Amino acid sequence: MALAETSHRDEILPETRIALSGRELVLDVSGALWDPASRMLVVADLHLEKASSFGRRRTFLPPYDSAATLAALHNLILRRKPKTVICLGDSFHDGGGPERLAEIDRGKIAALQAGREWIWIAGNHDPAPPPGLGGDCLAELSHSGLTFRHEPTEAIAQGEIAGHLHPCGKIARRGRSVRRRAFVTDGTRLILPSFGVLTGGLNVLDRAFVGLFARRGFIAFLVGADRLYPVAPASLRPD
Amino acid sequence: MAVTKPKLILMTAPAAIPTGEDGLLPERFQQWFADRGWAPRPHQLELIAQARAGSSSLLIAPTGAGKTLAGFLPSLIELSQAHERRNSSHFIGPHTLYVSPLKALAVDIERNLGMPVAEMGLPLTVETRTGDTPTHKRQRQKLSPPDILLTTPEQVALLIASRDAERFFARLSTVVFDELHSLTPSKRGDLLALGLARLRRLAPGLRTIGLSATVAFPDDLRAWLVEQQPDAPRNLAEMVVVGEGAPPEISIRHSEARIPWSGHTARYALPEVLEAIQSHRMTLVFVNTRWQAEMLFSELWRINEEALPIALHHGSLDRGQRRKVEAAMAAGSLRAVVATSTLDLGIDWGDVDLVIHVGAPKGASRLAQRIGRANHRMDEPSRGLLVPSNRFEVMECQAALEANEAGIQDTPPLRPGALDVLCQHILGMAVAAPFDLEALYDEVRSAESYRGLSYEDFEQAVDFVATGGYALRSYERYAKIRRRKDGLWALSHPKLAQQYRLNLGTIVEAPMLNVRLASRRGSKDGRPGTILRGGRVLGKIEEYFLEQLVPGDTFQFAGQVLAFVGIHENEALVTRAEANDPAIPSYAGGKFPLSTYLAAGVRAMLADPAHWEKLPAQVRDWLSIQREVSVLPSKDALLVETFPRETKFYMVAYPFEGRLAHQTLGMLLTRRLERARARPLGFVANDYALAVWGLRDMGALFAAGTPTLTELFDEDMLGDDLEEWLAESYLLKRSFRNCAIIAGLIERRHPGEEKSGRQVTISTDLIYDVLRSHEPDHILLKATRADAATGLLDIRRLGEMLSRIQGRIVHQRLAHVSPLAIPAMLEIGREPVFGEAQEDLLVEASEELMREAMGSEADFGAGGDFSQRRDLA
Repeated sequence: MALAETSHRDEILPETRIALSGRELVLDVSGALWDPASRMLVVADLHLEKASSFGRRRTFLPPYDSAATLAALHNLILRRKPKTVICLGDSFHDGGGPERLAEIDRGKIAALQAGREWIWIAGNHDPAPPPGLGGDCLAELSHSGLTFRHEPTEAIAQGEIAGHLHPCGKIARRGRSVRRRAFVTDGTRLILPSFGVLTGGLNVLDRAFVGLFARRGFIAFLVGADRLYPVAPASLRPD
Repeated sequence: MAVTKPKLILMTAPAAIPTGEDGLLPERFQQWFADRGWAPRPHQLELIAQARAGSSSLLIAPTGAGKTLAGFLPSLIELSQAHERRNSSHFIGPHTLYVSPLKALAVDIERNLGMPVAEMGLPLTVETRTGDTPTHKRQRQKLSPPDILLTTPEQVALLIASRDAERFFARLSTVVFDELHSLTPSKRGDLLALGLARLRRLAPGLRTIGLSATVAFPDDLRAWLVEQQPDAPRNLAEMVVVGEGAPPEISIRHSEARIPWSGHTARYALPEVLEAIQSHRMTLVFVNTRWQAEMLFSELWRINEEALPIALHHGSLDRGQRRKVEAAMAAGSLRAVVATSTLDLGIDWGDVDLVIHVGAPKGASRLAQRIGRANHRMDEPSRGLLVPSNRFEVMECQAALEANEAGIQDTPPLRPGALDVLCQHILGMAVAAPFDLEALYDEVRSAESYRGLSYEDFEQAVDFVATGGYALRSYERYAKIRRRKDGLWALSHPKLAQQYRLNLGTIVEAPMLNVRLASRRGSKDGRPGTILRGGRVLGKIEEYFLEQLVPGDTFQFAGQVLAFVGIHENEALVTRAEANDPAIPSYAGGKFPLSTYLAAGVRAMLADPAHWEKLPAQVRDWLSIQREVSVLPSKDALLVETFPRETKFYMVAYPFEGRLAHQTLGMLLTRRLERARARPLGFVANDYALAVWGLRDMGALFAAGTPTLTELFDEDMLGDDLEEWLAESYLLKRSFRNCAIIAGLIERRHPGEEKSGRQVTISTDLIYDVLRSHEPDHILLKATRADAATGLLDIRRLGEMLSRIQGRIVHQRLAHVSPLAIPAMLEIGREPVFGEAQEDLLVEASEELMREAMGSEADFGAGGDFSQRRDLA
């Protein structure tokens, strides 16, 4: 599929801007991070080829997850026209993922990479660089006060941008609850939600987030249909 | 426990009934009957004659007719005359299989069958095999089976999927299906139907006997019992119908107290319920939901000054607790039990002389079966008392009572077998032995439920089992089953057999968590102290209910008001609450949709004032005022009222098609109203009506024809609007999850494997989204849509209603709320509101944050601000 064939999604969306480590960044409603100053787009945890990974164990999930995830990424790139794309690790569900990738999906990645810088950050699911795919592979990247890595570190991390945890926020009221993918930030560190279509989420009140954020010192931006909803910890519920 | 003796073993009065003169009953049996002063009943002899002729039979009889013995007599006789004798060198499989929907029933039958077998000295063995049977006994049973094996549908599926199934069932002569009417309308029944088709192939000439309560379409069951030729007319089993005994005496409690407009508590009638309990030996109080049971139980105890022993029984209570209640019933030490459908079927636990039904009966047959739980003697009437909990239910009770008097049945017709169940069965058949595609197709279609199965659907199911059934053939190398060189389909890896056994079955329960009573080492300053575990487990509650709770929320369970503390290591911890009134109204609406028959009955009653004399005065007055200020809908028309109230505008429609169909209708109507710019805000639905409210005057819009009501209620809403809504409906996602588990896409998790069902719920939702956008004709989506048509969304019924009301919509523009609208209006705020509520909840949650001074504890860098801007990148 050539890029031009997909309709340009150009409706005006409300945008969420945050200040992180002194820089103004945009949280995109797709679950990606947009740095307008350097025209850089960041997506976390694509988990491409997750279904085929399960397939090897004879659980036959719909083998369309890579195509669907790449289509979402394609739309996003058309909309933002980034100079640089950073995939924040776990871009593939396992080390064999790049090899299992269908030719057509491989072509889509190449088309997305054309004319821009593309960086694969290593993740725990895909520690080695994806063979046969373009782009640069890095363990982590520091760039004008921001540090991009897959797993958040427990140390004080001014300007750390990470993925790995697949944060989700849940609210409950009047006997109903809503659980959504979420960005989590305390103004120092930002954790992105997972971008892959078959990736589940971890509640931000889970103990995995303890040590990364002060108990009440963060805000979760829940991903809604066409905007983000900032929610304070006091309004969030555990699973 | 000798509780059940009267039911099984013949309450046969000595009578001038032909005994065994025609040679039907062997000497030994005649003698046994005579020794007890009993005589075999005509239907028992009829079944023996039919069995001798090699026919299969459906026996329809009320409880107390000696139905179960009738089912077994042919086998007992045949076995008593058999020349086969067991010896260690020769394998002899079971002669008769008895299949019951309840484990407890199988166990009970074993106990009771033991008596005639022992007394006649019959040379045969009887054993049960259920999920509770210890492994070593199950293994032994496969090597040395009993003559009569009493078991459940799941065990049948396991047995036919074993490698030695052919040898095991070679001798099988008869299968007896107990409570057949309760099995056939479910996926469990579908799996059993497929199992029966296989049993017929393993044991040619197999006879079946179905035991059933009275149903609306007995021919469905007769066809279910025997082999079908798909393109020929239905084959039917013989049928024996035992006339009802004395007709039941049913009355409706017409309380002096004010009958509520809405709600399901029946609090107003509690003194009368208690009075009825006082004046009977043993009363069964049936309700429709667990929450009603909880509420009624605690309310009864609040006024139970004599401390009559009244107990509670429902499926979520701890099993030990339930066994205690059953034992106490059997021992006659209880005066009443408040129960849900857990006591609908099966064993008689005591000498019940009154059944009280609190709340709407929902179906005439359902009511008849429940009332039949009283007084299991054919010659004495069962006594039943109906206690409607609101005014519409008064009419529903009256319609049910009249249906009962007229002997009307409204059980559902047999529906086509489910495709997800077929997928499960196909894997099972590969586990048993390599299969031939065409032969299996023919076998499957010999089951009545699957007679209409197309070859395309069958192939899709096989393809699904093999590699997931996707157009994109990604999984060929990992296929579960493969076509071998000899053309047979075989399992590709032996460990798949084990996986199949672990995932077998069609009952997918909502993930449940144990509820444990914890004690709190509280500190005095009111802060929660350390929770001590070690309290007892009260029972299980659905995880989705617990997930909605916030620590401190109070709710009613196990007969007490509890405060939610939190979820800890896969258990919900609760403490006893001091409050008397639970804060979270946990009434989970009617589980059972109002039957089409009763709905029509209520509509007819409403339309015919002459009929009202049977209704209590306050209900009559209510309807009379409605007639004055608005209109009463005629039998086949749809009344739609619109009126303003405070700052909003309302539309109330009265389709009487049950809550599920109304919910679907409400979803579709609000979408359309949204497009018509009526700015709808939400709706509530009950069994009788639905109320939509919004910011613009819908009455004015309809009057101006923008849109007309005919357009609004046009059948075409079942097209694109439905499709669009289905895409995001959580109800459909829940159905999809069930189908995915039954079909084997996702593995069932077992106790101890994972903390909860949450991970599965999430991933099946995501799978659903991906599948729906990439392969909308996938077999699991077909299965999901079929479920939605009859299940959670009741689309079929909605479609029938929309076609019925075409050209018959009556619009009443009113200045005020009408009397008929009051019940629905009162449910606003009490029942969950539908609509775009998910995003609304998110808006509210984020507004809370806005209200908190933005800085809070978090440091947001430059001034801690974040903003929502309309902006192009």
